[in-house]
Amino acid sequence: MTELINFVTVSLILVGIGIYGLIVKRNAIRMIFAIEIIANAANLNLIAFSRYLGDIQGQIFALFAIAIAAAEVAVGLAIIIIAYRLYKDIDVTQYKYLRG
Amino acid sequence: MADAGFIGLSILTVGSAIFALESREIIYGAIALAISMLGIAGFFILLDSPFVAMFQIAVYVGAVAVLVIFIVMLVRTEALFSANEDKGRRIAGLIFSLLMMVGIGVLLFSSLFSQAEFSPVMDKIVNKIGNEMLTYYSPVFILLALTLAGAIIGALSLARREDSDQHSETSTPSTHFEKLYLDTKNEEKEQV
Repeated sequence: MTELINFVTVSLILVGIGIYGLIVKRNAIRMIFAIEIIANAANLNLIAFSRYLGDIQGQIFALFAIAIAAAEVAVGLAIIIIAYRLYKDIDVTQYKYLRG
Repeated sequence: MADAGFIGLSILTVGSAIFALESREIIYGAIALAISMLGIAGFFILLDSPFVAMFQIAVYVGAVAVLVIFIVMLVRTEALFSANEDKGRRIAGLIFSLLMMVGIGVLLFSSLFSQAEFSPVMDKIVNKIGNEMLTYYSPVFILLALTLAGAIIGALSLARREDSDQHSETSTPSTHFEKLYLDTKNEEKEQV
């Protein structure tokens, strides 16, 4: 029987993979992939705890989070397109003018 | 212990998440990301929340994955192979993420959540979600709609080319096709 701990473990593994991707990858699109994986792991946690508590609020929160993540991907990919047009590269180490 | 469907789904999700980050060609990575999100939607169905699962499929597999695949196809292919990641960084990332996973995992398995059991299945989930969204959460709902519209308009105006608005009679031809177009036009003028 699957219980809360199984789902939380899968979510934990996904967060670990996402953080590994964010640290290692210098390719802008891959970094967006990593962010998406982390956001999905967070949603999985929300739904698992909503099911555990028998409360609907977690699902509503997850719905809002999914919509916000979609908006974030749209803006992020537009920024990648502009940066690619300026630098002809999607390697984030090449984006010299974006450094603080 | 977990049943077979859960284990298969988690292997699919985690495996395709790893493949999304480590595949040689980024287009396969995008497809693997879509499969990983389908796996997450499967988890949502296992957790008795079919509405969120359908939303996940519609938004992530339907919209985000297609958007990502479009962007991957727009970007020049040689730029996608510029994998200059150094080995030290890779090892550091592996160690950091493993440490984080082990740390949080130890905390989690020693906590009371390791024995926690699910409460009984809720009924009429979609009704409840609709009620809550249009009563208590209605300001959030409206704000979310405005945010989405703002994000889409912002993305469009960010990605727009400034120079494609003015017509190219006077300005210098910027692309190969514009040059071709201007050349054929000049030839026509000479013939007349």
